[in-house]
Amino acid sequence: MMNLKVFGVARDIMGGGEIALTDSIHSVGELKALLLNRYPKLKELNSLVIAVNQKYASDEVSVAETDEIAVIPPVSGG
Amino acid sequence: MIKITAKPIDVQKVIDTASSLGAGAVNVFIGTVRDSVHNKHVRWLEYEAYESMAVAEIRMIIDEAAHRWQLQGWAVSHRVGTLKPGEVAVVVAVAAVHRKESFEACQFIIDAIKAKVPIWKKEVFEGGEAWVSANPPLVIHSN
Repeated sequence: MMNLKVFGVARDIMGGGEIALTDSIHSVGELKALLLNRYPKLKELNSLVIAVNQKYASDEVSVAETDEIAVIPPVSGG
Repeated sequence: MIKITAKPIDVQKVIDTASSLGAGAVNVFIGTVRDSVHNKHVRWLEYEAYESMAVAEIRMIIDEAAHRWQLQGWAVSHRVGTLKPGEVAVVVAVAAVHRKESFEACQFIIDAIKAKVPIWKKEVFEGGEAWVSANPPLVIHSN
């Protein structure tokens, strides 16, 4: 089981701030592909980034169930 | 000091925290909530943060600025929660030896906060609401 923290507009699209995935996922790229496929409205955002253990991660970064994984839609602080 | 807070920001406290006897300049940016966006009346904004990561990202931005402009002191405070027009959303204060460095460092820090720190805001208008996506897209490069 992989738990995702989900923020901002992504939380509205995915239907919650904590999402549990039972799929077998090994990389950030796989995770993004799965999310875009399962929640097509995410494709309308101008960026979708995954953070692994509180660091922005590129597609080839590997992920495990023990990692802290977050779905980061376009940021708008300030 | 880096603070993500649900309470109103004490601007003077942020300035005092940044101030240093070694500095000839303290530069302060205060971001406030506007009462209209695209001719629509803003009732309030709702800010949220991925707090632990936001603090870590701000720390990295500060470290870079401190090194580049030889900062003598600094402090950043960002609000979360519901903010009405006129309220202070973010304060950046930096102390530098000379004014030029203080202006450049302050601008660099607020620009970087807006570009890459995981904080979000939703605008609530008369008759609608929208997540803001005004900042440039975040692009993550492979190491």
